[in-house]
Amino acid sequence: MSEQPSDVPSQQPEGEKPQPAQPALEMGAAWLRGDGESHDVVMSSRVRLARNLAGRPFATKATRRDRVETMQVCRDCVMNAALAEKMIWVDIHGSPALERQLLVERHLISKNHGKGRGANPNEDPRGVAISVPDERLAIMVNEEDHLRLQAIRSGLALGDAWNDIDAIDDKIEAKLTYAFSSKFGYLTACPTNVGTGLRMSVMLHLPGLRLTGEIEKVKRAATDMALAVRGFYGEGSEPVGDLFQISNQATLGKSEAQVLHELERQIVPRVVEYERLSRRELLAKRRVGLDDQIWRAWGLLVCARLLTTEEAMGALSLVRLGVSMGLLRSAGPGAEGPTMRVINQLMLLVQPAHLQRAVGRELDQEQRRAARATLVRTKLTRPRIA
Amino acid sequence: MNRKCDHCDREATVHEVTVRNGVKIERHLCEECAHASGISIQPQKPIDELIKHFVVAQGLTPVVPPAAQPARANACPTCKTTFAEFKQHGLLGCADCYRAFEGQLLPLLERAHEGGQTHVGKLPKRAMSEVGEEAVREAAARVAEEREQRVRMIRAELDQAVKDERYEMAAKLRDQLRKIELRESQAMQTDAANEGGAA
Repeated sequence: MSEQPSDVPSQQPEGEKPQPAQPALEMGAAWLRGDGESHDVVMSSRVRLARNLAGRPFATKATRRDRVETMQVCRDCVMNAALAEKMIWVDIHGSPALERQLLVERHLISKNHGKGRGANPNEDPRGVAISVPDERLAIMVNEEDHLRLQAIRSGLALGDAWNDIDAIDDKIEAKLTYAFSSKFGYLTACPTNVGTGLRMSVMLHLPGLRLTGEIEKVKRAATDMALAVRGFYGEGSEPVGDLFQISNQATLGKSEAQVLHELERQIVPRVVEYERLSRRELLAKRRVGLDDQIWRAWGLLVCARLLTTEEAMGALSLVRLGVSMGLLRSAGPGAEGPTMRVINQLMLLVQPAHLQRAVGRELDQEQRRAARATLVRTKLTRPRIA
Repeated sequence: MNRKCDHCDREATVHEVTVRNGVKIERHLCEECAHASGISIQPQKPIDELIKHFVVAQGLTPVVPPAAQPARANACPTCKTTFAEFKQHGLLGCADCYRAFEGQLLPLLERAHEGGQTHVGKLPKRAMSEVGEEAVREAAARVAEEREQRVRMIRAELDQAVKDERYEMAAKLRDQLRKIELRESQAMQTDAANEGGAA
């Protein structure tokens, strides 16, 4: 298993040439660091902008030739605009299925972008530009819109992520003319994104609210405020590991600053406070039961020989809760118990494509369960090197 | 375990619980039966479905049956997308579709965006140079008005935070106000510099 720093992207071939995706498994993905404001509850903050080029048909009316041209124009622009210290480009249509899934699991492309459109998705020209090694920036080309710009940060940092993406957007707009109308704003393929084209979302870890049975209330309240609540992997995905995404829905008639203020200063802090309150309540009223659940989860992770993704995510969620509440300090080889960062990384590493990349070959379901258990056990019990 | 629809054999995906006179009444329906009995669809539905249902529910479909109406009558002049096509997958064919279907899209936009009908927010420099001065001024005025509203709102929150002795929050709000003011003065300087350059 390649867990050594040899896996870092410095060994990757440079730049613009199409190549298979090679994001490092453990390095990179700065949003997994487990730091930043309210990181005990807010795992990450993400901001994305939908943009289209003026004078070019949207996806449903584009011929293959249109799509090839759009991809070339966008790729040349984003790879030459000095958007980050180092960017890699990945041709999604030319990548093996496992690599595509890896990018989906890392939240660098959407499920639909991985799948592609039309009768022969392998021929559907589309790609993604990623900043490495931090993976803070991802630009999808030829998804539902010509460009989907994404910035992602650890903890509650929507403002920083917005500043990142706002600057990137300016740099791209200096070279390309966007489809825009003064009335409807940035024009997008789906009218639900028109206006600012902005989607701000936070990934929240809410085990306390699940254990106290309050989670449905939060979901309902969020829906009442016209926010979308989704699982770890976005639209249509089931919540796993007590991870929920909350994002704005409206993009027309509300400025970026307004959406940012509402989410970052009004809504998310309230949910965070509600989750912390549940945790305090569990500690005060159900301490033994809580300890038992967290330590059982730890026991499962360090002893099991077979683990499904759901099982691993469920147990990792409780262990993450234990770490953030300081209840697992005596667990594992370190003096301080496992770190938030390791738990966050494991939540990604136990996903099927990551697991197979870590092992270095394709595995069937049974083999994956065994490999998953080994990986988790090793990561949690081996002594940490500095 | 998946529950069957109360009316047919399909899987129930819409669950409704109402309490009437202290008695809990549960209904479990499949999507079709739920639709037939007028229960609105769930917010978690994929957005294209939502649009499809919405368009149908709002009676936005042409009253004339499609066969009697020439398809091109309601098509975008640039990409030839028809409104019927849009209804099917929820996606427009090109930027000009917004103008071609403006009347039909407006109620849909209003509903999808909490009543929002016009853009408030970032203006792309390059694209704005092509839409005309009047439109630029209007759009800029909307942004300014919205910013003032936001400043008023933050000030009110700040006052409340100080009253409640939530000083950490107050400090954050004050920083936010400063940032907005700073950005405004920077923007004014840039504008002044640009005008100076043009003269």
